[in-house]
Amino acid sequence: MKALIPVLIGLFAVTAQAATPNEILAGYRAEAAKSNPRYQSSAELGAQLYTHPFGVSAKMPSCSSCHSDDPARGGSHVVTGKAIQPLAPAANAERFSDLAKVEKWFRRNCGEVLGRECSAAEKADFISFVMRGR
Amino acid sequence: MNATHMLAPLFSIFLACAAQADDLRLPAGAPPAFQSECGACHLAFPPRLLAAEDWRRVMAGLDRHYGDNASLDAPTRRAIEAYLVENAGKPRKLGPGGTAAPGEAPRLTATAWFKRKHHEVPPASWRHAEVRSPANCAACHKQAASGSYREREIVMPGGRRWQD
Repeated sequence: MKALIPVLIGLFAVTAQAATPNEILAGYRAEAAKSNPRYQSSAELGAQLYTHPFGVSAKMPSCSSCHSDDPARGGSHVVTGKAIQPLAPAANAERFSDLAKVEKWFRRNCGEVLGRECSAAEKADFISFVMRGR
Repeated sequence: MNATHMLAPLFSIFLACAAQADDLRLPAGAPPAFQSECGACHLAFPPRLLAAEDWRRVMAGLDRHYGDNASLDAPTRRAIEAYLVENAGKPRKLGPGGTAAPGEAPRLTATAWFKRKHHEVPPASWRHAEVRSPANCAACHKQAASGSYREREIVMPGGRRWQD
């Protein structure tokens, strides 16, 4: 096992794209600005997105179904009951620090809750909201 | 040799078996994705809780995973399946039940072994808001994340300690 540790650290360094929430937010903003040059990210729109009952999934109609009404608090998975750590970077430093992970969860959870992929603008709004807080 | 001496080895075998029943630590060799993928939405379940054939069926239907789309890229899926199959439980020990009706995914909470272990749990506890699903091991087995399922670690919903 000891021999494996350097290998594992090496793998981590290659796969994890260390970033700050602000960098990730800036990336989505820039992408959104490509299709709408006047785009500005909005924590307010992000808050609406977070609590909007899309109703695509009966069990998880909105983001807040699992993440709770307050991203600075934890939540729990509505089906499995597993505890979910807070989404807000202020409460949980791991959040929005790895672009690949952020993309994976947007892809998976937007599919689940909205029934489609989220746009770059929605992602930027969402991150603005969880960074600002309620 | 007196009776105590003769019984001592038997007693240690008994202790070893008793310890094994509540020790469900993950076997070595789990691919990193086992925790980060499977363990993101539910406990990274001990492979021993389902038979190899049932794990293969679970991994063949990840796009419809108990109501969620939990699809993985092919190399990750293969690595996790290999780990689960290699460390799977013995069908003889688990008993019938894990394999559900045709077309339905197997459930590790439906094996005869799981039901026997939990037959004293009242129905209201399963339905409790803190539990939600019988697959939420950590709701009562407070050390489940580290693979320990000792009886003295059980806290029932509402804070009651488990007593026989």
